[in-house]
Amino acid sequence: MTIPKNLLYARTHEWARPEGDAVVVGITDYAQDQLGEVVYVELPEVETGVDAGEELGTIESVKAVAEFVSPIAGEVIEVNDRLADEPNLINEDPFGDGWLVKVSGSLDEDEMLDAAAYQQMVEEESA
Amino acid sequence: MHPWVGAGDADKRSILDELGLDAVDDLFASIPVEVCVDRVPLPDAQDEVSVRWGLEALASSNLSADRLPCFLGAGAYRHLQPSIVDAVLSRAEFFTSYTPYQPEISQGTLQVIFEFQTLIGQLTGCEVANASLYDGATALVEAVLFSHRVLRGKRDLVIVAETVHPMYRRVLETYTRAQGLDLEIIPGGDDGRIDLERIRGADLDRACCVAIQSPNFLGIVEDLPTLADSIRGGGALAVQVITEAVSLGILAGGGSFGFDVVCGEAQSFGVPLGFGGPHLGFFACAEKNIRQMPGRLVGQTVDEQGLRAYCLTLSTREQHIRRAKATSNICTNQGLMALAATVWLELLGGSGLRDLARTNLARCEELKRRIADIGGGWSLAYPDSPTFNEFLLAAPAPATDLVDRLAEAGVLAGIWSHRWGGSWPDGLLVAVTERNSAADLDALVSALGRQS
Repeated sequence: MTIPKNLLYARTHEWARPEGDAVVVGITDYAQDQLGEVVYVELPEVETGVDAGEELGTIESVKAVAEFVSPIAGEVIEVNDRLADEPNLINEDPFGDGWLVKVSGSLDEDEMLDAAAYQQMVEEESA
Repeated sequence: MHPWVGAGDADKRSILDELGLDAVDDLFASIPVEVCVDRVPLPDAQDEVSVRWGLEALASSNLSADRLPCFLGAGAYRHLQPSIVDAVLSRAEFFTSYTPYQPEISQGTLQVIFEFQTLIGQLTGCEVANASLYDGATALVEAVLFSHRVLRGKRDLVIVAETVHPMYRRVLETYTRAQGLDLEIIPGGDDGRIDLERIRGADLDRACCVAIQSPNFLGIVEDLPTLADSIRGGGALAVQVITEAVSLGILAGGGSFGFDVVCGEAQSFGVPLGFGGPHLGFFACAEKNIRQMPGRLVGQTVDEQGLRAYCLTLSTREQHIRRAKATSNICTNQGLMALAATVWLELLGGSGLRDLARTNLARCEELKRRIADIGGGWSLAYPDSPTFNEFLLAAPAPATDLVDRLAEAGVLAGIWSHRWGGSWPDGLLVAVTERNSAADLDALVSALGRQS
């Protein structure tokens, strides 16, 4: 299980990476492994406004459907269109090509977990 | 204890001893005395033969649609009922299995449902159809809720033509009220068809869908291509509901003209009237919206030997997996009735269904031509509007007891047009199918003549 040190994590298994005035959001390697083979991703429309913790879309795998939420309040400025045809990018490269959305605004780092804290949470969850 | 012989006194005694109780009544001790009755007022016990004779006598006092000239329609239609439908239906493999979706042991049922979906897709002109729903009214409800989901819950207005079956609208009212959606009813035009100007003038920018029925409640065929363009121009989804599925034998389904959903009632396909049920709902839409489609869906795939096989697919939309966020509460389908429709349609084939629909149209047109013979002020309410196998026969004067009087005269003449409200003229809604003989038409014309 990979947990990159340079990212921040939500308790709901999203990762976040500041990029300019926005934050890139995806789901973690642990989350994609739990879901299994992803077959469909429902992404929000660009310009959708969201609150922190609000549902942004859904990820459908062969065995379940999971919602993912926005770690920050802001506006969706870009979505990963490649996922429409290649939803399995989430399985293959969850921290890279499998990113989900970019939301404008900045992260409140106190609300997020760092890699070590996330790892501890996951270990407790799977114990 | 024996698995299918009831418990005897000794068995009951041993169960009570195990429970530490004195008598069976002690099991019900928690029920307050004041809500208990000493005796249910039923007649004394009778033997099987007496019960059968008694019930048969009671049943024979019904005016049977199979014994009288019957012109009842309005959402339930009498069509040919070949013996093979019941013969296949009553096979134990189909008849006794409940939700038989486990692919390892249910290839037969799954194949039937897949064929049903294929047939509905072809007839409606839509890319995908589901495994069926309970009935036409709930299919319309599902179509409306589907539209709301497809537009991501951003549009809370539902526009429905008044010429959608009034009972369907009533069911829809119940659901939309609970969902917090606004329902707007658009009255029909002077010709009994949808008034296009009223549709164009409606608040289409706020609507998630506009639902129309064609052939409509008055039997009239709507202008589907124009309607689809007008409705979709405002960004709302176009929904066609159908109550007389045999019309699809000669009328292209709305999917061919850009309707987003074509749904309705398929009772006409081999399901008998049965005093109002069970019926058979169907639902078809474009593939791009398949993940918002309600209900079960069977897909075709290959097994590990590369052979054709069927299984439920896209189940992640459904309640048993998605719980509260499922696309709908429908977690089943009307399997046995879908089987009946599939057998019936496959027996007729495309040309058979077309011939049947043509016969319906011709019989109905024949009756319409003879209306002038009745005299006494009876007339076609909408003489210039095209109909399929049903039409509104305007009465010379309001007469709500007319249907009863005609039934006493031995003719089930139709349904009083205001039975469920509506802004159309007073009259009889008359349906004519292939089951109506020339003698039936004579009987209706002369019975109406005598009433005048």
